[in-house]
Amino acid sequence: MNLASLPVSHNLLPLFVAIPLGSAFLVSLLGKRVKGFSDTFSNVATFSLLSISLLSILLVKHSGTVVYKVGGWIPPIGICMVLDGLTSFMLVTINLIAFLVTIYSISYMERYTAKWKFYTLFLLMLAGMNGVIVTGDMFNLFVFLEIASISSYALVAFGVEREELEASFKYMVMGIMASLFILLGIAFLYSLTSTLNMADISRTLAKIGDNQTVFFVAALFLMGFGLKAALVPFHSWLPDAHPSAPAPISAMLSGVLIKALGVYALARIFLNVLGMTAVSSSILMVLGAISMVLGGLLALGQEDIKRLFAYSSISQIGYVVFAIGMGTPLGILAGLFHLFNHAIFKSLLFLNSGSIEYATGTRDLRKMGGLTSKMPVTGYSSLVGSMSISGIPPLSGFWSKLLIILAAIEAKHFIFASIAVLVSILTLAYYLKVQKLAFFGELKDSLKGIKEVPLTMKLSMIALSIICIFGGLLLIPGVQKNFLNLATEVLVNGTNYAQIIFGSIK
Amino acid sequence: MNKKIKQPGMTLIVKTITRLTVGLILLYGIYIVTHGHISPGGGFAGGVIIALSFIHLMLAFGKDLALRKLSEKLAAFFESFGAIMFLTIGLLGFIGGYFFFNFIFKGKPFNLFSAGIIPLCNIAICFKVGAGLFAVFVALILLKVPIKKE
Amino acid sequence: MIYLMCFILFSIGIYCILVKKNLIKIIIGIGIAGYAVNLFFILVGYRAQGRAPILAQDQVIQNMVDPLPQALILTNIVIGLAVTVLIVAIAIRIYEKYGTFDITKIRRLRG
Repeated sequence: MNLASLPVSHNLLPLFVAIPLGSAFLVSLLGKRVKGFSDTFSNVATFSLLSISLLSILLVKHSGTVVYKVGGWIPPIGICMVLDGLTSFMLVTINLIAFLVTIYSISYMERYTAKWKFYTLFLLMLAGMNGVIVTGDMFNLFVFLEIASISSYALVAFGVEREELEASFKYMVMGIMASLFILLGIAFLYSLTSTLNMADISRTLAKIGDNQTVFFVAALFLMGFGLKAALVPFHSWLPDAHPSAPAPISAMLSGVLIKALGVYALARIFLNVLGMTAVSSSILMVLGAISMVLGGLLALGQEDIKRLFAYSSISQIGYVVFAIGMGTPLGILAGLFHLFNHAIFKSLLFLNSGSIEYATGTRDLRKMGGLTSKMPVTGYSSLVGSMSISGIPPLSGFWSKLLIILAAIEAKHFIFASIAVLVSILTLAYYLKVQKLAFFGELKDSLKGIKEVPLTMKLSMIALSIICIFGGLLLIPGVQKNFLNLATEVLVNGTNYAQIIFGSIK
Repeated sequence: MNKKIKQPGMTLIVKTITRLTVGLILLYGIYIVTHGHISPGGGFAGGVIIALSFIHLMLAFGKDLALRKLSEKLAAFFESFGAIMFLTIGLLGFIGGYFFFNFIFKGKPFNLFSAGIIPLCNIAICFKVGAGLFAVFVALILLKVPIKKE
Repeated sequence: MIYLMCFILFSIGIYCILVKKNLIKIIIGIGIAGYAVNLFFILVGYRAQGRAPILAQDQVIQNMVDPLPQALILTNIVIGLAVTVLIVAIAIRIYEKYGTFDITKIRRLRG
């Protein structure tokens, strides 16, 4: 199939932003008036996004890096969008989760009034995230980052109860600080290079050579994007904000938002734009390791199921940042693979917690027990998710953690490798705690009357757990070459990014 | 003014001045929007000015009259409409081959009818911003806070 | 010299956010810090004897400044507007629920 010859394929890229944005406003226009419109339309929108993101993989494989000139202006003067391996990888991850989450929210969001508002904000957030991924300059990166953040602030406060509002306020203050630091970093970068196009910045920086300002810029970006990614010194908003949101949103926030805004942006800027140095590499590794350990330890003591999952997110993000921070090809591959896996199983677990809340009305682990007998789908899918995240073979989490540890050993970071192994055991411990308290054991009297959740919620949980079980198959050489390796190549190439971008402008 | 019949809004002076100026402010906003592509200003600034004219009404005459002129629902409708119009202009650019391609005949610079899609974009942004700002203002006013006396 | 003022302004904003206990004062602090960054970015884009980057009829303008930072800052001001509105709305709702603006009294969640 010759994809590149199709006229559509070339114009694929702006659709990632245009579809969610357009459907968000259509939903807000018609969702109130036409009953059931917001459900169907959002699902159609996310499904079409998923399919074009799968198409984009084929496109990248066929024609390499695609640079899209918005309005026909040539970069660095005009705005450009970039489609390469990493982009399509992230797009598939985001849109897959988004599609399953919208299916889930058909039933789940019935409890809330104003469903259409939820879908509008959700689609806006999706537009922001997709925008962050496809954009090729700092200007749009910043703008889309703000779109995604603002809608997520509003979504965290969606329940309008005391805790939600407080969490949202905290999240907003931290998020605004992060944005200010990022903007300040962009300002310094601009003063150094007088351009905001990523490829152009990278090219100019290579000409300038060593400069103290670059370190300062790197520090500012680390602070800003680290806050968005909830790395440990900057993590304190996450355990409040993620549990407070409605469950589908927790799944989106924990599953993809912190990765798209935090890890992806960090990786793109540090590896492709600024160029990885030994210092930044070791800083990322240390931050990752601290996040792993602290997130795990804090998760162990939690009684609220969603809070536990939120702390676990910090720990797993630590793994991803640590692996990408190593900067070796195997490390980056492992990091990206773990990113994908974590998106899958963390969304699965948050959806499970949503189902539990939907059926029993509580999030407190001590009030649960023996739920598997009443809710088999939720019970078994969460078993799959928990085992996968704690790295039990042959589930997907095992393979990615194994790769991370192997990469650490290969790069001769034995201490970090042992930390990774230990944290993996810690992860197993707190997920066993969840399983034991919530799903096994005796059914509490107060929970005798509960029922399994509706069909659409079951459907997306089952789909996610199937991906969890067969996630390891992505490592089969044929599949790996087409999906993961393309993404890894982009990051391994480092600052050759500029040449690739300018080379592919026709 | 008779104190027994409590009218919403401010004093007579403010009301009279408002009555005289609101139309002018609105007109000025429209001018800024339509000349956005050949002089400083544009959709955002013009939209803000248009929204301000309605907010002005609301401050002087109370919220009922202003909401009668432009209700919340209408504002929300215009907001979404503006956004969709903007996006449609962008998508129509596919005719010329690119997203946001300037596909209309561009005309001579410094004429009112020139610059292709840019005036249209300005009008769309004006809808979005004007309606959005007004809706925000209304929303903040309408949030009813029960004031507890301690 | 003028850069130093931006820095001072930014520090005042950060100080406000970190030390003040009133929600509204925190919001004001956010605003101040945001303006400091905006001002800094505009100053970075300025050049000596620069003119506004707008074409005029029958006139050749030299020494135009780069419009890029100005566009970015305009966008950021709009974003700042949206963020401020949202955070004020949330603060009002918090006041509605808790009856206070004091963050030391709003502590349902532990860190």
